[in-house]
Parts: sequence; C-alpha cells; structure tokens
Amino acid sequence: MIDSLIQPFTANAFMANALIAGVLVSIACGIVGTFTVLRGLAFMGDALGHGVLPGVAIALLLGLPGMLGAAAGALAMILGIGFITRRSSLSSDTATGLLFVGMLALGVVIVSRSHAFSGDLMRILFGEILGIHVREIVTQLVATVVIAIAAAVCYRPFLLLCFSPEQAQVSGFSPRLYHTIMLILIGTTVVVSFRTVGTLLVFGILLAPAASASLFSRKIGTMIVSASLIGSISVYIGLLVSYHGDIAAGASITLTATLIFFVMLAGKHLFQTLAPGREKA
Amino acid sequence: MSEMHLQPAAVLARGLSIGHGRETVVANLDFRLEPGKTLALVGSNGSGKTTLLKTLAGLLPPLAGTIEVLGGRPLASPARVAYMGQFHPSSFMLPLRTVDIVRMARFASHGLLGRLTPSDERAVHEAMAVMGVEHLARKPLNALSGGQRQKVFLAQTFAKEADLILLDEPAANLDAPAQAVYRRFVRTCAKAGKAVVVATHDIDEAAEYDWTMLLARRVVAFGPCAEILTPQTLMATFGIVGQFKEGRLLVVEREHGHQACGGAHEGPCQH
Repeated sequence: MIDSLIQPFTANAFMANALIAGVLVSIACGIVGTFTVLRGLAFMGDALGHGVLPGVAIALLLGLPGMLGAAAGALAMILGIGFITRRSSLSSDTATGLLFVGMLALGVVIVSRSHAFSGDLMRILFGEILGIHVREIVTQLVATVVIAIAAAVCYRPFLLLCFSPEQAQVSGFSPRLYHTIMLILIGTTVVVSFRTVGTLLVFGILLAPAASASLFSRKIGTMIVSASLIGSISVYIGLLVSYHGDIAAGASITLTATLIFFVMLAGKHLFQTLAPGREKA
Repeated sequence: MSEMHLQPAAVLARGLSIGHGRETVVANLDFRLEPGKTLALVGSNGSGKTTLLKTLAGLLPPLAGTIEVLGGRPLASPARVAYMGQFHPSSFMLPLRTVDIVRMARFASHGLLGRLTPSDERAVHEAMAVMGVEHLARKPLNALSGGQRQKVFLAQTFAKEADLILLDEPAANLDAPAQAVYRRFVRTCAKAGKAVVVATHDIDEAAEYDWTMLLARRVVAFGPCAEILTPQTLMATFGIVGQFKEGRLLVVEREHGHQACGGAHEGPCQH
C-alpha cells in the first residue's frame, strides 16, 4: 500500500517534477494567499487569474512564451482596476468583476478564432502540471524566492494594511504603494501558478489553503507555514488521485484543497459546538 | 518656564481650511495647542470634528492655510503622532492575536526592518495593562466583543507612546469603568507632556480638558469649557436650548435634528 503512495513519484520523472513544481507553487500561494485572505482581496485574486487568459492566448498566437503573456494580462488587470476605481465611483469589486468577465470573454474569443488552439485552451484553463519542464521549475523557484523576500521585507506594512490603511499611513507606510506591491505579488503568483492548475482554478490553490489556515491560526507566520503545508499536501494527494484514478491533475489538486477547507471548517464548527467557550490560550 | 517656549507647539493652525476634495467643511481655523495640554472637539455629526482630526493626522490634505504638527508638516514624524479613527469594520475579521495587533503600534518607530526591542515590548504590555486587556493578549481579535475591541484599539494607540494623540470618539462602546480608565490615562499622558486632541459629543468629558472647540462646520467658540458653553453657543452647536452650570449640562429643550448652522443667532432656529 505504501508503495502506491510513493512509487508513482520515484518511477516517473514527470510526476516528480509535478510534485516539486506543485510544492513551490504551494509555498508562493501560502505566502501571498495568507495576505490576500486577511486583506479581503479574494475576488481580486480570482479576477487576476482570469485576466491572464487573453494575455496567454495573444502571447501564444504571437509565438511568445505563455508566461510573458500571462504577466502582461495580469498587469493589464491591475492597471485597469486602478483606472476604473479612480475615474468612477464604482467599487473595486465591481471594477474587478467587469474586467474579469471582459478579459475572460476576450481570451476565449481569441483562442476560439484560431482552431489550432483548442487544445491550448484546455491547457490554459486547466493547467498542465504533468507536462512541467525542469526549466519551468527553475522559473518557479526564482519567483517563489522573490515572493518570499518581498513578503518578508514588506511584512509590517502588509500587516498594517490588513488591519487599517489609515493606521498604515500614520505609521509612515504609503497605503497606495504597498497595496500595489501586494497586487503585483498576487499577479506574479498567479502567473507562476497557472501552468500547474490553469487559470480557471488558480484561484482555488491561491485561496483554499490560506483560508483553511486562517480557521485555526492566530499568527501570520503560522498561517503562512500552514497554508504552504496544506497546499503541498493537496498537490501530493491530487497528483496521486490523478495518477491512480486517471483524473485531470490540476482539477484534482484544486478539488483536494477545497475539500480540505470544508473539512476543516466543519471540524471547527464541531469543535466549537462540543466545547463552547473553551478557547485555546 | 523658558523651556516651554523652546518647544514648538504640538498643533499650530493658521488660516486653516479643512474638507474633502472641493468641499470645505470648516474654513479659517486659527489655534495652537501646547505640549501637555488637552483639547476637546465638540459638535454633532458632520460638524467637522473627524475632518479636523484626519487633517492633523495627515490623512487629509489641508484645503488652504497652514497646519504644523510638532513643528513640522503632518506625517513628517509618524512615530510621534498617534491616531485612532472611529471604527475599523474590516479588522473585525482578523483572526490575529490582540497582542500582535497592539504591537503594530511600534512599527512606526522602526520602519520596514528595524528590530523591535525590549522597550517596545514593555510599551505594548504597559498599554494593555492600563486598558485592562492583558488577559486577552492571546485571544484573536474576531473573538472579542465590541467594547473589548475598542479597549484593544485604545491600547494600540497608547502603545505608540506618541507626543500628539488624536482620538475620534474613543469612548463609544466603552462601559463606565473603561471610560474612567481611558480618561485617567489621557490625564497621565498630558502630565507627561503629551498633547491630546479628542473628538467627542459628550460635554461632560469635554469639561475635563484644558480647551474646548465647539464645531458646527465653523468654530462656534474656542476656550475653556466652562467659559464658552453659553445658551447661545449650545444653540449654534447642537440646536438645543440649554445651560451649562456647575459642571453639568442642562438641556431645557431639544429643538430638532440640527445639522450645520451657517450663522450665529440668538434664540431658537427658524428652520
């Protein structure tokens, strides 16, 4: 039995690569996802995930690397949301929703116009973690390290922003600057993650582990580590299920992460019902 | 005595107009507040109290005139000015421990990467002890009641050990013992040479402060509380007919929901 848990990874290079890539993505998502959940930027993360689709489609059509297009798409989303919220009285939720639907539709139109890309559409939407090259693992490693360093340096203003942008400002940290940095980090994480689970599901891997961690953790450090662990476990289980059950890998991973969240939520509710008022010190 | 003249005023406003965007809320403010003195901003909703506090904190730019805070522009020394706004709706969701929330007050002194020292920890624990929330140190913020949260936010404000403290309706949601604690702490801060500006609609609280400014989208009166609370100023500020006698406010007649009143007048409002 133990064999079937380990053997798929030791016997197949593509599975080992997928696992490594998935763990790297989990760490990046653990860090960025924690701040996203605490800051309430969940919808933003989703919008960015769908905004990259047209970017990737255009890049592929032009023969450029998909990740470049993804980065351009994410940047367009960030700038677009900022533009709409500044020029109108619309909330950032509405702006995000408009741009996300618009860019998703644009992306599908671009891809569907070119018949040769129908397979690519599936790969962009659902990821291709089993086709990850070592080259991409290196990119993801670099991105994860950069994200970790940025989060460590900006930890205090990020924490203040989650609490109150006014307090951030009177503590000497520009809310606008650090909000922008946070968005760039979310965008970078999405761009790096979409190859593993696809743009449709990257929202799940970004948020579900962090949301699970926030149910039980009271310190940011613990939340980040827990989110990264839960994400990595989801990758491992998802890949195993996909291998043995011949199921789409990206979707398995995201489904596992989401299921873990609901199990933990139910567990917390049960714990609070059975032992009311007994809070851990 | 001569030392006090070498210290710049905690707040110095000259011809200051405050507001949002193009809308002026209060025009032509001229006043100064010395270190170690306390000022109460009194008025109804929309009178300009919050706008003035935010302008002093550097959260809103002045529309005209000049404002100097601790001898410099607002936000020039973020570690020396503490500000507590009215409510924090989003932070209700935070599952973070209250001691970590209070500790955030110390970030201003250290920037991005400076290490927190034992004296920072001491300030955090002292502030929490004063506000009576030490026993909640490890509890998550989202598990506290409204009153407990307010005490934690006050502890955070005091933990900054700022030279100018700006508080917007801090007594809201506080029970009587907590109110007494907070008022006593304001007195302690003043004795230690800090300047405190508090926005309140509670005249009894204002009576304890050195100066009171009555606001109704203009400065109705400025001076020691007992001197400036006359039937005329009360009418202009609140639209009530009343008297302030022997340290207590007697409301004779409450007119109507009185918002901004453009000019001073005697007797009941005509509208």
